[in-house]
Amino acid sequence: MFEQTMFYLFAIVSVIAALFVVAGKNPISCAIALIVTLGALAGVFVLQEAHFVATIQVLVYAGAIMVLFVFVIMLLNLGPEDLEKTPRFSRLKGAGGIFAAAGAALLAWNFVSYAARAARVGPGFGGLAQISQKLFTEYIIPFEAISAVLMAAVVGAVVIAKREL
Amino acid sequence: MVSTSHLLILSAVLFALGMAGVVIRRNVIIVMMCIELMLNAVNVSFVAFARQLGSIDGHIIVFFVMAVAAAEAGVGLALVIAMFRHKSTVNLDHVNLMKG
Repeated sequence: MFEQTMFYLFAIVSVIAALFVVAGKNPISCAIALIVTLGALAGVFVLQEAHFVATIQVLVYAGAIMVLFVFVIMLLNLGPEDLEKTPRFSRLKGAGGIFAAAGAALLAWNFVSYAARAARVGPGFGGLAQISQKLFTEYIIPFEAISAVLMAAVVGAVVIAKREL
Repeated sequence: MVSTSHLLILSAVLFALGMAGVVIRRNVIIVMMCIELMLNAVNVSFVAFARQLGSIDGHIIVFFVMAVAAAEAGVGLALVIAMFRHKSTVNLDHVNLMKG
């Protein structure tokens, strides 16, 4: 019962904050709303026994990536005249809203009937020991490939954002 | 216990919101935030299925998704800075040519 109550609480908070991300005027308030969404999803992950995933969600996403976003927003220092001046309701927004509602309805329609019971998971499921045991044996090659991806991203970001080459 | 379908519906709603943001917003930074939102919605699905199947592999894929998202955010924001320096705008409607 407690688990369900907490799940619905986190789910409602994340959806409302996601609405603010999509509809917010100011980029900074959108970024703050996205941090709230990511934090609430970390709560959902904890309820699903994904403790390690919840930890890196807070550390990497809500910490590092969102700090990067807020840094760039501050660096660009947009004035009120730079913010988008679109009408409150336009054909594009209507089309986007209908598109998204149809997509959500279609996806949710497939999932409503999906009521298979979850397997009983043992103690330590989703903990650091189990994940690292698998990560460093079965998934060692993708793990090494990810390090190459991150290295390429770092070099690429420096090259792209450099003032002159 | 929360059934898997509830998590999948949460994931679908968040994904659709992110998709709507990518379609209707014109500020490139907010479009990137909506992409992050969609990636997180997919992570919710992975975690839900990992729990349902009692297998840890879904968590490892979430780990990889987060690493790719970090790389994407870094390169994407560098592109935003380069674009702002070049065109002095972050509005996607003003950046609609392949050539400068």
